[in-house]
Amino acid sequence: MGLQIAFWILSITAVAAAAGVVWQTNLFRAALLLVACFLATAGIFVTLSADFLAAAQVIINVGAVAVLIIMSIMLTREVTRGSPSNRLGIPAFWLTGIVTAAIIVAVAKTSWPVSPVPPAEPTSSALALILMGGNGFELVIHMGALLLLATIIGAIVLLKESK
Amino acid sequence: MAPGLEQYLVLSAVIFSIGLFGAITKRSAVVILICIEIMLAGVNIALVAFSRFITPAELTGQSFSVFVIVVAAAEVAVGLAIILALYRQRHTIDTDKIDLLKW
Repeated sequence: MGLQIAFWILSITAVAAAAGVVWQTNLFRAALLLVACFLATAGIFVTLSADFLAAAQVIINVGAVAVLIIMSIMLTREVTRGSPSNRLGIPAFWLTGIVTAAIIVAVAKTSWPVSPVPPAEPTSSALALILMGGNGFELVIHMGALLLLATIIGAIVLLKESK
Repeated sequence: MAPGLEQYLVLSAVIFSIGLFGAITKRSAVVILICIEIMLAGVNIALVAFSRFITPAELTGQSFSVFVIVVAAAEVAVGLAIILALYRQRHTIDTDKIDLLKW
């Protein structure tokens, strides 16, 4: 029962914050609503007993990504211009409505093989075994490190003052 | 009673669609990036829900979710660098005015 209440509060917060990002014309408030959406998502991860991912979501997305976005809003002086919409409002509304309806119908029609096993808790050691263990995703972890290095170099090269 | 898999999947679909709507309709490049982040958050909810309800012992969905977070962070860093470089050259980040690759 407590889980159900937490789920509803968190999901209403997440959906309202996401809708607020789209409705809001003030860019700075849109970025703050993005933070609210990320925090509610981290709460939803907690209700799914994914403790490590909830912490990673707070540290990476709320801590780093949101600060980066707010800094870039300040650097581009977009706050004065606001967040205008283009002319695609009505077709986009129908398209996303159809996409949502299709996903919901597909979810309702599928009989999911839900497992009765209780979830692993805490997940950090099990996740570390999957990611770093012998038969796990070790190569992909190394590729992720390489991707982040390439990202840093790419961002520096893009923003280097050309002399 | 605890919420089931379907509720989480519907929530994930709704958040994904709100992000998709914003990514299509907004004109500021920064807001488009924010909306893509919202779409990725929706996808992460679906992955973690599958991991919790279908493979609770293996945690496969959660490990995929870790990779989604890594790639999203890389994407934001490069995307914002491109936006700042564009702003230096053109003094705007309005996607209706940046139409170099449009025919």
